Amino acid sequence: MMATALPSILTILPELVLATGALFLILTGAFQGTRSINLVNGAAFAILVVAAIATVFQTSETQTAFNGSFVVDDFARFMKVVTLLGAAATLALAIDEMSRQLQKPFELAILVLLSSLGMLLMISANDLIALYLGLELSSLALYVLAAIDRHNAKASEAGLKYFVLGALSSGMLLYGASLIYGFTGTVSFAGIAAAVKGGSGPGLMFGLVFLLAGLAFKISAVPFHMWTPDVYEGAPTPVTAYFAATNKIAAMALTTRVLIQAFGTDAAEWRQILVFISIASMGLGAFAAIGQRNIKRLMAYSSISHVGYALVGLSAGTQDGVNGVLVYMAIYMAMTVGTFGCIVAMRTKDGSVETIDDLSGLARSQPAFAFVLMVLMFSLAGVPPLAGFWAKWYVFSAAVDAGLVPLAVIGFLTSVVGAYYYLRIVRVMYFDDGPARFVPLSGVLRAVLAVCGIVVILFGLLPSPIVMAAGAAAKSLF
Amino acid sequence: MVNDLLSAYLPLAIFIGVAVVIGLALLISPFLIAYQQPDPEKLSAYECGFNAFDDARMTFDVRYYLVALLFIIFDLEVAFLFPWAVTFGALGWFGFWSMMIFLGVLTIGFIYEWKKGALEWD
Repeated sequence: MMATALPSILTILPELVLATGALFLILTGAFQGTRSINLVNGAAFAILVVAAIATVFQTSETQTAFNGSFVVDDFARFMKVVTLLGAAATLALAIDEMSRQLQKPFELAILVLLSSLGMLLMISANDLIALYLGLELSSLALYVLAAIDRHNAKASEAGLKYFVLGALSSGMLLYGASLIYGFTGTVSFAGIAAAVKGGSGPGLMFGLVFLLAGLAFKISAVPFHMWTPDVYEGAPTPVTAYFAATNKIAAMALTTRVLIQAFGTDAAEWRQILVFISIASMGLGAFAAIGQRNIKRLMAYSSISHVGYALVGLSAGTQDGVNGVLVYMAIYMAMTVGTFGCIVAMRTKDGSVETIDDLSGLARSQPAFAFVLMVLMFSLAGVPPLAGFWAKWYVFSAAVDAGLVPLAVIGFLTSVVGAYYYLRIVRVMYFDDGPARFVPLSGVLRAVLAVCGIVVILFGLLPSPIVMAAGAAAKSLF
Repeated sequence: MVNDLLSAYLPLAIFIGVAVVIGLALLISPFLIAYQQPDPEKLSAYECGFNAFDDARMTFDVRYYLVALLFIIFDLEVAFLFPWAVTFGALGWFGFWSMMIFLGVLTIGFIYEWKKGALEWD
């Protein structure tokens, strides 16, 4: 009788790889202690790569598991590959950073695996219970990751802040989910969609608003962004990169799936909310970053504004819009990993530095490093022909097609404002005199920076692999 | 049907009403009828004995939270085991192995904790 509930191994293979891998590594670490640090780190990296490859080779038919609460379609596969690649790249940064520190907690790699597992569950969630479980699994691991450097007061503060506000957002999300369940009588997205089609009352709308508020916390969209600058500044740099490059992508995938699949017929209602969140995020991200001197805080505001741009595509609510969101998140991942790779590389003999002024004169002392950072900054600002420009192009053109011309215009204006602070970093590197003398980059850092730089430069020339995959992924949602 | 549902809770509503009335009566009546003649000695924290010589907010061993966390985990485990045990016959092998995997994951966490020395008080 229950045999039908047994999921096909192939459907959940990437998740299974991550889960069993993490459990084995916990035991290895527990019995071997810090002696096994290289083994655990290397194995965790390999597990992430294997899970990404397994996801790529899954069939493109839509499959479900666990009584329909877990779905694997092209959309899920695309987002999972992006998330896993981001996780692998940031884990490489973390391993590189760890090699220079006295504290070598083997738990870091395991927590990355567990939170990645939670993110995969989020991306594949097909009902409200799976949504919450995935979200909590990833969040709980992320709270600990933020405070993994536990002798550092700032990191502990970041972890605590993230935990308290994350718990608050989970509470709001659960309240929204319970309202939605109460007014539709089902937790599955398909069932909710059927109930919404018959007309949604104010109660259901209330539930959707709370659910969106909880999700906005996770993607750090204004007005639920308050934790982002503090947490991004306080957490160790590779961990911050992990937050920015993976968690946001998974939460954005989850938001997209909830809005399109469960509330797709109700687009007129949630569009106003999304348009507001989007404008507020783009605006605040652009203006608040201007005064920042710390490059990690600046990247926090930058990530807030990029979430705003991605939400422009989602506000359109069309297949083109979702396509734009997918392309945006993939490119955003590459740009973010690259930029944080540069921040990790900002090491002097006395330790890491993280103010923008520390970059002055970099173009003379390390021209290749400065060039990569310049390309990434131009791309983040959206200068053609780099990848960041095309990312914005896809979401803005989808918004214009959906009749949201004012939103696209506001997005364009805020990206002009945002260009100011990205270009200021370039100016500091190329035109200011200064003592920028960073220690030579390690091989891992060179590789990460090179790959991200190449992706960002070449996307404009060769967009088809990512765009075609994103197109197929967007199609599977509708 | 809704009325049937609500009227089934009538005894509960009466009980809550009685409880509120009695509770408030006992709370308010002393203010109204008791003989009151306050003086500083009566109002001070300890009418007898000596003054407090230390702050009540002293430091204590925070390790207790580990035991509390462990308790919650295994408490929840038991909360899951009870309904599982009651319906075990109907669940079959799928139910059995689901629970075994769950217990296995918990055990791995427990081993990690043990090896980390979280169970030692000093």
